[in-house]
Amino acid sequence: MLQRREVVSKLNHHRGDALMVTGLGSSSYDLHAAGDDNRNFYLWGAMGGAAMTGLGVAMAQPDKQVIVLTGDGEMLMGIGALATIGVQQPNNLSIIVLDNGHYGETGMQASHTQFGVDLPGIASASGLPVAMSVTNEAELDRLIEAITAQQQGKGGAIFASVKVEAASPERSLPIVDGVEIKNRFRRTLGLQPL
Amino acid sequence: MSQVTAPKNSPKNSPKNNPKNNWGADLFALLKRHEVSFLPFVPDAGHADLIALAQADNDMQPVVLTTEEEGVALASGHWLGGKKSVLLMQSSGVGNTVNMLSMLSNCRFPFVTLVTMRGEFGEFNSWQVPMGRATADVLSAMGLSVHIVTEEDKLIKTIDAALYAAYSSDQQVAVLLSQQLVGRKEW
Repeated sequence: MLQRREVVSKLNHHRGDALMVTGLGSSSYDLHAAGDDNRNFYLWGAMGGAAMTGLGVAMAQPDKQVIVLTGDGEMLMGIGALATIGVQQPNNLSIIVLDNGHYGETGMQASHTQFGVDLPGIASASGLPVAMSVTNEAELDRLIEAITAQQQGKGGAIFASVKVEAASPERSLPIVDGVEIKNRFRRTLGLQPL
Repeated sequence: MSQVTAPKNSPKNSPKNNPKNNWGADLFALLKRHEVSFLPFVPDAGHADLIALAQADNDMQPVVLTTEEEGVALASGHWLGGKKSVLLMQSSGVGNTVNMLSMLSNCRFPFVTLVTMRGEFGEFNSWQVPMGRATADVLSAMGLSVHIVTEEDKLIKTIDAALYAAYSSDQQVAVLLSQQLVGRKEW
Protein backbone atom coordinates (compact mmCIF):
# COMPACT_ATOMS: atom_id res chain seq x y z
CA MET A 1 0.00 0.00 0.00
CA LEU A 2 1.18 3.50 -0.75
CA GLN A 3 2.79 5.46 2.10
CA ARG A 4 1.60 9.05 2.47
CA ARG A 5 5.03 10.60 3.04
CA GLU A 6 6.47 8.88 -0.02
CA VAL A 7 3.50 9.93 -2.15
CA VAL A 8 3.74 13.56 -1.06
CA SER A 9 7.51 13.60 -1.46
CA LYS A 10 7.12 12.37 -5.04
CA LEU A 11 4.33 14.86 -5.83
CA ASN A 12 6.39 17.68 -4.34
CA HIS A 13 9.39 16.62 -6.40
CA HIS A 14 7.30 16.91 -9.57
CA ARG A 15 5.42 20.08 -8.65
CA GLY A 16 7.37 22.34 -10.97
CA ASP A 17 6.19 25.91 -10.35
CA ALA A 18 2.93 24.87 -8.71
CA LEU A 19 1.48 26.69 -5.73
CA MET A 20 0.19 24.32 -3.06
CA VAL A 21 -2.55 24.52 -0.43
CA THR A 22 -2.80 21.86 2.27
CA GLY A 23 -5.71 20.85 4.48
CA LEU A 24 -5.30 20.81 8.23
CA GLY A 25 -3.57 17.93 9.97
CA SER A 26 -1.51 15.24 8.33
CA SER A 27 -1.58 16.73 4.82
CA SER A 28 0.11 19.88 6.13
CA TYR A 29 2.69 17.80 8.02
CA ASP A 30 3.34 15.63 4.96
CA LEU A 31 4.07 18.56 2.67
CA HIS A 32 6.21 20.23 5.31
CA ALA A 33 8.16 16.99 5.72
CA ALA A 34 8.71 16.88 1.96
CA GLY A 35 10.34 20.31 2.15
CA ASP A 36 9.11 23.65 3.43
CA ASP A 37 8.51 26.14 0.65
CA ASN A 38 7.14 29.69 0.58
CA ARG A 39 4.75 28.58 -2.16
CA ASN A 40 2.98 26.30 0.36
CA PHE A 41 -0.11 27.62 2.11
CA TYR A 42 -0.65 25.36 5.11
CA LEU A 43 -4.04 25.35 6.78
CA TRP A 44 -4.02 24.60 10.50
CA GLY A 45 -7.78 24.88 10.86
CA ALA A 46 -10.78 25.96 8.75
CA MET A 47 -11.61 22.31 8.11
CA GLY A 48 -13.36 21.85 4.78
CA GLY A 49 -11.78 24.96 3.26
CA ALA A 50 -8.72 23.60 1.44
CA ALA A 51 -10.29 22.97 -1.97
CA MET A 52 -12.02 26.35 -2.07
CA THR A 53 -8.88 28.15 -0.95
CA GLY A 54 -7.12 26.45 -3.84
CA LEU A 55 -9.87 27.44 -6.26
CA GLY A 56 -9.57 31.05 -5.11
CA VAL A 57 -5.83 31.05 -5.82
CA ALA A 58 -6.31 29.25 -9.14
CA MET A 59 -8.88 31.79 -10.37
CA ALA A 60 -6.71 34.73 -9.27
CA GLN A 61 -3.59 33.25 -10.90
CA PRO A 62 -4.80 31.51 -14.06
CA ASP A 63 -1.23 31.17 -15.39
CA LYS A 64 -0.04 29.24 -12.32
CA GLN A 65 -0.76 25.66 -11.47
CA VAL A 66 -2.39 25.10 -8.08
CA ILE A 67 -2.36 21.80 -6.21
CA VAL A 68 -4.54 21.19 -3.15
CA LEU A 69 -3.39 18.38 -0.91
CA THR A 70 -5.82 17.28 1.75
CA GLY A 71 -7.30 14.33 3.62
CA ASP A 72 -10.52 12.39 3.11
CA GLY A 73 -12.15 13.84 6.24
CA GLU A 74 -11.29 17.40 5.24
CA MET A 75 -12.57 16.87 1.71
CA LEU A 76 -15.80 15.32 2.96
CA MET A 77 -16.49 18.31 5.22
CA GLY A 78 -16.32 20.63 2.22
CA ILE A 79 -17.66 18.17 -0.35
CA GLY A 80 -19.85 20.83 -2.00
CA ALA A 81 -16.62 22.45 -3.20
CA LEU A 82 -16.43 19.78 -5.90
CA ALA A 83 -19.75 21.01 -7.30
CA THR A 84 -18.52 24.60 -7.23
CA ILE A 85 -15.26 23.60 -8.95
CA GLY A 86 -17.27 21.64 -11.51
CA VAL A 87 -19.14 24.82 -12.41
CA GLN A 88 -15.97 26.94 -12.70
CA GLN A 89 -13.85 24.37 -14.60
CA PRO A 90 -10.45 25.81 -13.64
CA ASN A 91 -7.84 24.29 -15.96
CA ASN A 92 -4.99 24.94 -13.51
CA LEU A 93 -6.29 23.20 -10.37
CA SER A 94 -5.65 19.73 -8.96
CA ILE A 95 -7.32 18.39 -5.83
CA ILE A 96 -5.40 15.47 -4.39
CA VAL A 97 -6.93 13.63 -1.44
CA LEU A 98 -4.68 11.45 0.67
CA ASP A 99 -7.35 8.91 1.56
CA ASN A 100 -6.46 6.75 4.55
CA GLY A 101 -10.11 6.13 5.38
CA HIS A 102 -9.72 7.64 8.83
CA TYR A 103 -9.89 10.81 10.87
CA GLY A 104 -6.22 10.66 11.79
CA GLU A 105 -5.98 13.66 14.10
CA THR A 106 -8.71 12.57 16.46
CA GLY A 107 -8.07 8.90 17.18
CA MET A 108 -8.30 7.17 13.81
CA GLN A 109 -12.08 6.87 13.63
CA ALA A 110 -13.29 5.39 10.35
CA SER A 111 -14.35 7.92 7.70
CA HIS A 112 -17.06 7.55 5.05
CA THR A 113 -14.64 6.35 2.39
CA GLN A 114 -14.22 3.07 4.30
CA PHE A 115 -17.93 2.47 3.82
CA GLY A 116 -17.85 2.85 0.07
CA VAL A 117 -18.30 6.60 -0.40
CA ASP A 118 -16.57 7.16 -3.73
CA LEU A 119 -14.77 10.50 -3.83
CA PRO A 120 -13.56 10.27 -7.46
CA GLY A 121 -17.14 9.29 -8.37
CA ILE A 122 -18.45 12.45 -6.72
CA ALA A 123 -15.76 14.54 -8.45
CA SER A 124 -16.55 12.99 -11.82
CA ALA A 125 -20.29 13.46 -11.36
CA SER A 126 -19.58 17.09 -10.45
CA GLY A 127 -17.98 17.59 -13.85
CA LEU A 128 -14.25 17.48 -13.10
CA PRO A 129 -12.75 16.19 -16.34
CA VAL A 130 -10.03 14.09 -14.70
CA ALA A 131 -11.06 12.04 -11.68
CA MET A 132 -8.94 9.09 -10.67
CA SER A 133 -8.33 6.64 -7.89
CA VAL A 134 -4.66 5.97 -7.18
CA THR A 135 -3.76 2.75 -5.38
CA ASN A 136 -0.23 1.91 -6.56
CA GLU A 137 2.99 3.39 -7.96
CA ALA A 138 1.93 3.01 -11.59
CA GLU A 139 -1.28 4.93 -10.94
CA LEU A 140 0.65 7.56 -9.02
CA ASP A 141 2.86 8.01 -12.08
CA ARG A 142 -0.29 8.48 -14.17
CA LEU A 143 -1.45 11.20 -11.80
CA ILE A 144 1.90 12.96 -12.13
CA GLU A 145 1.60 12.65 -15.92
CA ALA A 146 -1.86 14.24 -15.76
CA ILE A 147 -0.51 17.13 -13.67
CA THR A 148 2.36 17.61 -16.13
CA ALA A 149 -0.08 17.53 -19.05
CA GLN A 150 -2.25 20.14 -17.32
CA GLN A 151 0.86 22.32 -16.99
CA GLN A 152 1.18 22.12 -20.75
CA GLY A 153 -2.42 23.17 -21.21
CA LYS A 154 -3.81 19.67 -21.80
CA GLY A 155 -6.76 18.57 -19.72
CA GLY A 156 -8.72 20.51 -17.15
CA ALA A 157 -9.22 20.26 -13.42
CA ILE A 158 -7.87 17.10 -11.80
CA PHE A 159 -9.22 15.17 -8.86
CA ALA A 160 -7.36 12.21 -7.39
CA SER A 161 -8.00 10.07 -4.37
CA VAL A 162 -4.72 8.45 -3.37
CA LYS A 163 -5.31 5.46 -1.14
CA VAL A 164 -2.63 5.50 1.55
CA GLU A 165 -1.89 3.35 4.57
CA ALA A 166 -3.55 4.50 7.80
CA ALA A 167 -0.26 5.25 9.53
CA SER A 168 0.66 8.28 11.62
CA PRO A 169 4.20 9.28 10.75
CA GLU A 170 6.01 11.65 13.10
CA ARG A 171 4.57 15.14 12.84
CA SER A 172 6.54 17.67 10.86
CA LEU A 173 5.11 21.01 11.87
CA PRO A 174 5.02 24.07 9.63
CA ILE A 175 4.84 27.53 11.16
CA VAL A 176 1.49 28.34 12.76
CA ASP A 177 1.40 32.11 12.22
CA GLY A 178 -1.21 32.56 9.52
CA VAL A 179 -0.16 36.11 8.67
CA GLU A 180 3.40 34.94 7.99
CA ILE A 181 2.18 31.95 5.94
CA LYS A 182 0.01 34.33 3.91
CA ASN A 183 2.65 36.99 3.39
CA ARG A 184 5.45 34.66 2.38
CA PHE A 185 3.12 32.87 -0.07
CA ARG A 186 2.04 36.18 -1.61
CA ARG A 187 5.64 37.40 -1.89
CA THR A 188 6.43 34.49 -4.20
CA LEU A 189 3.89 36.08 -6.57
CA GLY A 190 5.41 39.54 -6.19
CA LEU A 191 2.61 40.70 -3.88
CA GLN A 192 3.53 42.84 -0.89
CA PRO A 193 1.76 43.12 2.49
CA LEU A 194 -0.62 46.07 2.78
CA MET B 1 -67.74 23.53 -8.41
CA SER B 2 -66.57 25.53 -5.44
CA GLN B 3 -63.03 26.79 -5.38
CA VAL B 4 -60.98 27.52 -2.29
CA THR B 5 -58.96 30.70 -2.64
CA ALA B 6 -56.05 31.39 -0.37
CA PRO B 7 -56.37 34.77 1.32
CA LYS B 8 -54.34 37.64 -0.07
CA ASN B 9 -50.83 37.91 1.42
CA SER B 10 -50.99 34.33 2.57
CA PRO B 11 -47.91 32.13 2.15
CA LYS B 12 -50.25 29.74 0.35
CA ASN B 13 -50.05 32.02 -2.65
CA SER B 14 -47.07 31.28 -4.86
CA PRO B 15 -43.98 33.51 -4.44
CA LYS B 16 -43.92 36.64 -6.57
CA ASN B 17 -41.01 38.55 -7.91
CA ASN B 18 -39.84 40.92 -5.26
CA PRO B 19 -39.67 44.63 -6.09
CA LYS B 20 -36.42 45.61 -7.73
CA ASN B 21 -33.89 47.45 -5.63
CA ASN B 22 -32.76 50.90 -6.70
CA TRP B 23 -29.14 50.58 -5.72
CA GLY B 24 -27.94 47.60 -7.76
CA ALA B 25 -26.33 49.69 -10.51
CA ASP B 26 -24.69 52.12 -8.04
CA LEU B 27 -23.29 49.23 -6.03
CA PHE B 28 -22.02 47.55 -9.18
CA ALA B 29 -20.23 50.77 -10.17
CA LEU B 30 -18.74 51.05 -6.68
CA LEU B 31 -17.33 47.52 -6.88
CA LYS B 32 -15.74 48.37 -10.22
CA ARG B 33 -14.17 51.52 -8.77
CA HIS B 34 -12.62 49.38 -6.04
CA GLU B 35 -11.41 46.84 -8.62
CA VAL B 36 -13.53 44.06 -7.17
CA SER B 37 -14.21 41.56 -9.92
CA PHE B 38 -14.86 38.39 -7.95
CA LEU B 39 -18.28 37.85 -6.38
CA PRO B 40 -18.83 34.51 -4.65
CA PHE B 41 -22.50 34.18 -3.71
CA VAL B 42 -25.30 32.07 -2.40
CA PRO B 43 -28.28 33.73 -4.03
CA ASP B 44 -30.73 35.92 -2.21
CA ALA B 45 -33.54 38.04 -3.56
CA GLY B 46 -31.89 41.15 -2.10
CA HIS B 47 -28.73 40.50 -4.14
CA ALA B 48 -30.55 39.47 -7.32
CA ASP B 49 -29.93 42.74 -9.22
CA LEU B 50 -26.22 42.76 -8.43
CA ILE B 51 -25.82 39.09 -9.36
CA ALA B 52 -27.64 39.68 -12.66
CA LEU B 53 -25.41 42.67 -13.47
CA ALA B 54 -22.30 40.64 -12.64
CA GLN B 55 -23.44 37.73 -14.79
CA ALA B 56 -23.92 40.08 -17.73
CA ASP B 57 -20.45 41.67 -17.39
CA ASN B 58 -17.42 40.01 -18.97
CA ASP B 59 -15.02 41.48 -16.42
CA MET B 60 -16.92 40.22 -13.38
CA GLN B 61 -16.67 36.68 -12.05
CA PRO B 62 -19.78 35.73 -10.08
CA VAL B 63 -19.18 32.33 -8.46
CA VAL B 64 -22.16 30.33 -7.30
CA LEU B 65 -21.48 28.41 -4.07
CA THR B 66 -23.18 25.43 -2.50
CA THR B 67 -22.77 26.92 0.98
CA GLU B 68 -21.51 30.22 2.33
CA GLU B 69 -18.37 28.98 4.08
CA GLU B 70 -17.03 28.08 0.65
CA GLY B 71 -17.06 31.80 -0.07
CA VAL B 72 -14.91 32.64 2.94
CA ALA B 73 -12.22 30.17 1.85
CA LEU B 74 -12.58 31.22 -1.79
CA ALA B 75 -12.15 34.92 -0.97
CA SER B 76 -9.13 34.08 1.19
CA GLY B 77 -7.53 32.09 -1.62
CA HIS B 78 -8.30 34.84 -4.09
CA TRP B 79 -6.42 37.34 -1.94
CA LEU B 80 -3.52 34.88 -1.64
CA GLY B 81 -3.47 35.20 -5.41
CA GLY B 82 -3.66 38.99 -5.24
CA LYS B 83 -7.29 39.69 -6.13
CA LYS B 84 -10.19 41.31 -4.29
CA SER B 85 -13.58 39.71 -3.59
CA VAL B 86 -16.92 40.53 -2.03
CA LEU B 87 -19.02 37.66 -0.63
CA LEU B 88 -22.78 37.99 -1.08
CA MET B 89 -25.04 36.05 1.25
CA GLN B 90 -28.18 36.09 3.33
CA SER B 91 -28.26 36.29 7.13
CA SER B 92 -29.13 32.59 7.44
CA GLY B 93 -25.89 31.80 5.61
CA VAL B 94 -23.80 33.61 8.20
CA GLY B 95 -24.48 30.67 10.50
CA ASN B 96 -22.88 28.36 7.95
CA THR B 97 -19.65 30.36 7.85
CA VAL B 98 -18.68 30.50 11.51
CA ASN B 99 -15.66 28.21 11.78
CA MET B 100 -14.38 29.22 8.34
CA LEU B 101 -14.30 32.84 9.50
CA SER B 102 -11.39 31.82 11.77
CA MET B 103 -9.21 31.93 8.64
CA LEU B 104 -9.74 35.65 8.41
CA SER B 105 -8.46 36.55 11.84
CA ASN B 106 -5.69 33.95 11.87
CA CYS B 107 -4.26 35.12 8.56
CA ARG B 108 -5.59 38.68 8.71
CA PHE B 109 -7.18 38.34 5.29
CA PRO B 110 -8.97 41.45 4.03
CA PHE B 111 -12.64 40.55 3.72
CA VAL B 112 -15.93 42.20 2.85
CA THR B 113 -19.31 40.51 2.92
CA LEU B 114 -22.69 42.03 2.09
CA VAL B 115 -25.41 40.29 4.06
CA THR B 116 -29.08 40.76 3.21
CA MET B 117 -31.14 40.35 6.35
CA ARG B 118 -34.05 38.07 7.07
CA GLY B 119 -35.84 37.53 10.36
CA GLU B 120 -35.08 41.02 11.49
CA PHE B 121 -37.84 43.49 10.51
CA GLY B 122 -41.32 42.56 9.36
CA GLU B 123 -40.46 38.91 8.77
CA PHE B 124 -43.36 36.61 7.93
CA ASN B 125 -41.39 33.36 8.33
CA SER B 126 -40.51 32.73 11.96
CA TRP B 127 -37.92 30.12 10.96
CA GLN B 128 -35.74 32.99 9.74
CA VAL B 129 -35.86 34.81 13.06
CA PRO B 130 -33.29 33.00 15.28
CA MET B 131 -30.44 33.38 12.79
CA GLY B 132 -31.53 36.89 11.85
CA ARG B 133 -31.39 37.87 15.51
CA ALA B 134 -27.93 36.30 15.95
CA THR B 135 -26.30 37.51 12.71
CA ALA B 136 -24.53 40.65 13.95
CA ASP B 137 -23.43 39.03 17.21
CA VAL B 138 -22.03 35.97 15.45
CA LEU B 139 -20.01 38.08 13.04
CA SER B 140 -18.74 40.32 15.85
CA ALA B 141 -17.84 37.31 17.97
CA MET B 142 -15.69 36.03 15.10
CA GLY B 143 -13.84 39.34 14.92
CA LEU B 144 -15.52 41.17 12.06
CA SER B 145 -16.55 44.81 12.14
CA VAL B 146 -20.30 44.99 11.52
CA HIS B 147 -22.14 47.88 9.90
CA ILE B 148 -25.93 47.79 9.69
CA VAL B 149 -27.54 49.81 6.92
CA THR B 150 -31.22 50.69 7.32
CA GLU B 151 -31.48 53.63 4.90
CA GLU B 152 -30.71 53.67 1.21
CA ASP B 153 -28.74 56.92 1.27
CA LYS B 154 -26.17 55.34 3.64
CA LEU B 155 -25.68 52.17 1.61
CA ILE B 156 -23.04 53.12 -0.92
CA LYS B 157 -21.11 55.22 1.59
CA THR B 158 -20.99 52.32 4.05
CA ILE B 159 -19.90 49.72 1.51
CA ASP B 160 -17.30 52.15 0.16
CA ALA B 161 -15.91 52.49 3.71
CA ALA B 162 -15.94 48.70 4.18
CA LEU B 163 -14.00 48.12 0.95
CA TYR B 164 -11.53 50.86 1.81
CA ALA B 165 -10.91 49.49 5.32
CA ALA B 166 -10.52 45.92 4.09
CA TYR B 167 -8.24 46.56 1.15
CA SER B 168 -6.14 49.35 2.61
CA SER B 169 -5.45 47.70 5.97
CA ASP B 170 -6.42 44.01 6.06
CA GLN B 171 -9.68 44.49 7.95
CA GLN B 172 -12.70 42.17 7.97
CA VAL B 173 -16.01 43.93 7.53
CA ALA B 174 -19.62 42.78 7.23
CA VAL B 175 -22.29 45.16 5.93
CA LEU B 176 -25.78 44.04 6.90
CA LEU B 177 -28.55 45.24 4.60
CA SER B 178 -31.60 45.57 6.82
CA GLN B 179 -35.02 44.40 5.77
CA GLN B 180 -35.99 48.05 6.20
CA LEU B 181 -33.86 48.62 3.12
CA VAL B 182 -34.26 45.40 1.18
CA GLY B 183 -38.01 45.31 1.71
CA ARG B 184 -40.32 42.65 2.93
CA LYS B 185 -40.37 39.41 1.00
CA GLU B 186 -43.69 39.47 -0.85
CA TRP B 187 -45.78 36.37 -1.27
